[in-house]
Amino acid sequence: MKFFSEIKENIAISYQAINSNKLRSLLATLGIVIGITAVTLMQTAIEGINLAFEKSIAAVGADVLYVQKFEWFGTEDWSFYKNRKELTMEQYDFLNKNSQTSTVMAPSTGVTRTVKFKDLSLQNVFVLGTTFEYQEVSGFNMIEGRYFTQRESDGGYPVCVIGTDISDAFFENTDPIGKTIKVGNYNFRIIGVIEKQGSLLGLFSLDNRIIIPLERFFNVFGDKRGLTFNIKAADINNVDETKEEVRWIMRKARKVPYGSADDFGLNAQEAFKSTYESLTGLIKVIGTMITGLSLIVGSIGIANIMFVSVKERTKEVGIRKALGARRSTILSQFLIESSMICLMGGFIGLLIAFPISLIIDAFVLPTAMPLWIVVLALFISLMFGLLAGFFPAYTAAKMDPVDSLRYE
Amino acid sequence: MEPLIEIKDVKKLYVMGLEELYALKGVSLDINNNEYVAIMGPSGSGKSTLMNIIGCLDTPSSGEYKLNGKNVNEMEDDELAEIRNKEIGFVFQTFNLLPRINALSNVELPLIYSGKKKDERIELAESALINVGLEDRMNHKPNELSGGQRQRVAIARALVNNPSLILADEPTGNLDTKTGEEIMILFEDLWSKGNTIIIVTHEEEIAQNAHRIIKIRDGLIADDYLSEKGKLIAEKTKQQTISV
Ligand SMILES: Nc1ncnc2c1ncn2[C@@H]1O[C@H](COP(=O)(O)OP(=O)(O)OP(=O)(O)O)[C@@H](O)[C@H]1O
Ligand SMILES: [Mg+2]
Repeated sequence: MKFFSEIKENIAISYQAINSNKLRSLLATLGIVIGITAVTLMQTAIEGINLAFEKSIAAVGADVLYVQKFEWFGTEDWSFYKNRKELTMEQYDFLNKNSQTSTVMAPSTGVTRTVKFKDLSLQNVFVLGTTFEYQEVSGFNMIEGRYFTQRESDGGYPVCVIGTDISDAFFENTDPIGKTIKVGNYNFRIIGVIEKQGSLLGLFSLDNRIIIPLERFFNVFGDKRGLTFNIKAADINNVDETKEEVRWIMRKARKVPYGSADDFGLNAQEAFKSTYESLTGLIKVIGTMITGLSLIVGSIGIANIMFVSVKERTKEVGIRKALGARRSTILSQFLIESSMICLMGGFIGLLIAFPISLIIDAFVLPTAMPLWIVVLALFISLMFGLLAGFFPAYTAAKMDPVDSLRYE
Repeated sequence: MEPLIEIKDVKKLYVMGLEELYALKGVSLDINNNEYVAIMGPSGSGKSTLMNIIGCLDTPSSGEYKLNGKNVNEMEDDELAEIRNKEIGFVFQTFNLLPRINALSNVELPLIYSGKKKDERIELAESALINVGLEDRMNHKPNELSGGQRQRVAIARALVNNPSLILADEPTGNLDTKTGEEIMILFEDLWSKGNTIIIVTHEEEIAQNAHRIIKIRDGLIADDYLSEKGKLIAEKTKQQTISV
């Protein structure tokens, strides 16, 4: 009880002291203002880039595995990969029959072709051949029409669903459903439009796509192309289990001898993440350290001003002690004063960082300032305040009352 | 009855580089409850040093000091702070008010350090200021007050926690004669209410307000006698005892 009332009184006293020395307190805390601004901006940028990254790989699906000929981010020499064989439909059927830990899977393959509608044409459209299960694996919705059925899929019907880029380019004012487009040299009837999916890592548009039944694909574009097996894990929290299972089934299907390495790639969203983290991790650490350095410089400034302030107020300390202030009371008075100055700096820093982060967000990079950054910034300022104030406050606390009363 | 203040062979040594200086060379002194004492002596004789020791602001280099029967030599820093806060009211020659806060807040200070609540503090500080006749100056800062008014604020501050012992080191030293006399009336009043009062002064007239005069020279007590007033009072109490 006594402890809290003492802190309360000291807050009032510190407020008084800061208030009657506004300009100096403000100048003293400038370093902290700059430090907190820098640290906060750094964190909002990191946070923003992280969020943008997560968004940009969302289409990959956190619970989807992709069995392919190669790993996405292989690290071995080319000689390690060069003898690998394509994945086949027999292997797919074997996998599909034996997997217990996946809900649904679909094989797929693709080419790029020019797509035409009347006299309009689009080059380099990605044509994906897959089965009716693909929508469920991928998890996208249709904004118009529907996805193809098992009958259309198995029968290799000349139907297709298109991405929004294509519907925007060809059917600005008309209904695309039922229209026929030319993919390469072959006609396909549009039965649906997929909702906008954005792009992968901002590079590869997922909306510039046409999806057709795999059977049809084999017929018109050939069946020698490598396949991808798209597998949806049964439990999103246990993707690793599915991954292991798929690995063993695939090794069996491809007759990989015991003890030798996989001859296929088993890919997942996580591969993007770990690659992203290994690329950006060091940058983040260094950035945080450099901006953190400005806080340390700032707190040295505070310590400096606090030493001057304590020296100047030697007589005040003497008077307070003569009237019954204990050492701990004086210590906490000056600690609270320096913490309040730093908190003020932190607060101003946040007020500056917030609009700047909005400007950066609008013109340069995505940023995000969640509450935890605000709380952390204020907490850090408080800590630096305590740190910077400790030695000055300690000097004040151990002053001799008679000597300090005599001080002029 | 046990004396309020018991000082036995107290010495205070100051060391400055190679030079050693005894500000007090062995002072022994008893002061009872409700005494009114003036300490006199030439400049540098050790009056302030003695006052600081009595007021628990300083500790003796050797010798013994008991306040209210408790040995001050053995006390920790925090205990001394508590005694300064609760038992002792200090009045200084240079007032020693905090310049940035008003009279009321200055008087509140000792109450803050004894942990009183805000409401109670305001009430006590106000009545202390009213007692010294400053009811219309409570919100003035020290630099908006005259010397006499500042010393009244300082006295209100010394009294606000109701201490039994009032120590005043040249309380009138910075005041003109008339203002000084007004301050002395306040002390007289305090004494009649039962407080023990010790003042340091250079001026004979001021010292004559006290009942006992102690003269210090070169860090030693040179004289210790009753003033005219003190003799009168002693006479009166004697007569009272006889007539009873
Ligand atoms: N902190 C100190 N360091 C060294 N010497 C000191 C210190 N404080 C006091 N003295 C010396 O001790 C002696 C007594 O000082 P003190 O202040 O008690 O004198 P005083 O009787 O109060 O004088 P005045 O009437 O001028 O106030 C002086 O010679 C002074 O120089
Ligand atoms: Mg003196």
